[in-house]
Amino acid sequence: MVLSIAALHRHPVGRWCFWSLLFFGSLIPLGWISWQAVQQQLGPDPAQVVVTFLGIWALRYLWITLAVTPARRLLGVNWLQRYRRMLGLYALFYASLHLLAVATFILGWRPDLLLRELTERPYIIVGFIAWLLLLPLGTTSTQGWQKRLGKRWKKLHWLVYPISLLVLLHFAWLIRAGYLEVLIYALILAFLLGYRLYLKMR
Amino acid sequence: MLIGKPRDVRASEITPESIYRQRRQFIKGLAAGSAMLMSGQASALARYALDDEQQRYPGPDWLQQKLRAAGKSGEFSTAEKLTPYEHVTGYNNFYEFGLGKEDPKARAQGLKTDPWSVEISGEVHKPGTYQLEDILKGVDLEERIYRLRCVEAWSMVIPWVGFPLADLLKRFDPKGNARYVAFTTLEDPQQMPGQRSRFGTIDWPYVEGLRMDEAMHPLTLLAVGVYGDALPPQNGAPLRLVVPWKYGFKSIKSIVRIHLSEEMPPTSWNRTAPQEYGFYANVNPAVDHPRWSQSTERRLPSSLFSPNIIDTQPFNGYADQVAHLYKGMDLRKWY
Repeated sequence: MVLSIAALHRHPVGRWCFWSLLFFGSLIPLGWISWQAVQQQLGPDPAQVVVTFLGIWALRYLWITLAVTPARRLLGVNWLQRYRRMLGLYALFYASLHLLAVATFILGWRPDLLLRELTERPYIIVGFIAWLLLLPLGTTSTQGWQKRLGKRWKKLHWLVYPISLLVLLHFAWLIRAGYLEVLIYALILAFLLGYRLYLKMR
Repeated sequence: MLIGKPRDVRASEITPESIYRQRRQFIKGLAAGSAMLMSGQASALARYALDDEQQRYPGPDWLQQKLRAAGKSGEFSTAEKLTPYEHVTGYNNFYEFGLGKEDPKARAQGLKTDPWSVEISGEVHKPGTYQLEDILKGVDLEERIYRLRCVEAWSMVIPWVGFPLADLLKRFDPKGNARYVAFTTLEDPQQMPGQRSRFGTIDWPYVEGLRMDEAMHPLTLLAVGVYGDALPPQNGAPLRLVVPWKYGFKSIKSIVRIHLSEEMPPTSWNRTAPQEYGFYANVNPAVDHPRWSQSTERRLPSSLFSPNIIDTQPFNGYADQVAHLYKGMDLRKWY
């Protein structure tokens, strides 16, 4: 499987196919939730459902992006590297939609509520900071910016690690009755970050 | 009589089923007839029409009979638009059945709600374990349309059917030193899959409590029905508390024990997160939950592009009736 995908990538048509698969495949969550919303299948409190859904997909894409390096090292899937930028941008994409959904569906763009949430709610502040920090990473993700920034690019994009921790904190802060889901994502992140530490310390 | 020793034989077991069923038919006809005659002004509770009749939870026959005879209460009921039955019974928290809002409906249907016994204990002159059917004998049910405000900042308007908790407590004759009432939910991991989870934050069984004056307040209801029908398992069948001026988690479900005590009893959410959930848990827009605001709520059903955001009222709009209970108390401290 791994070998055949690598072989696929030697051919431009193969690369294009794979790019399309990943690009359009990543729009499936958005398509699914939109369809459910249009069909009124989201129950009496669709705002909550949509916000949670978009948030969890933002987190998943961030985790997937962080998984590229360990996957290359451990599984030898080097072709994944060329999609890391797309995956990271999808994390930003879903995070932005998540934020937009909070402002529109939960707060109705009421200025008093927006101000209050952004100044008084620790978990929202943490999540918002994570999103703000993702913005420069998204804008400088092109090859042009990579060249322009040179060594500083790596330094800037190192921010993804503290961002991931902020995202986890944002998520964990919402727990009410069960922590299994957060625990699973925390363990995955622990592995993804721990593996990098291990590479460094080795 | 209810008061005295618990009885083994239930009323439905004494009356032959055929006669009993005939009676039911007769009463049904009577209710339907009078409802038609009085066109909406009937004192007996008319049945609600549902989009999907399959969704009704029948409950035991003896309860159906009592529900048909329930009266409407104008005094305490709100005239606000009801939250549809499918949402009241399909979207709620009942962590004994899972963490998702749809888990209770999906996973509670197997709960055996009849026969059901409730233990009355502590500072009462007539303690004992009683069959719910016997507890309800001699009790007149009535409908109460209440606002329900969840601590998670959403709310519903729900037509409960029940009776004042005060009526029940009086019959068991509280002693003079009874200052609090504690309630316990069924603990049965076999029937309640949420209680089998190893990653929960709540210690089972779920417990709640009220101060005596709160418990005796005429707004405080023990519900056995909703929308004119039996309470479905996911909403706390067969017996639940409804305290409309407090956050929803105070309204404990599927009660198996009522204990009167001198000391303030522990409550589940307070034990789980004491800095977030106090004993009183009165709805209060001025005191935020540490993690989120309580000043507004989404009245359900809400829609995406015109979210139904309304301002939360002190004591959930029941301040006129209950604010005096807390006179002189710092509600910031006693949240």
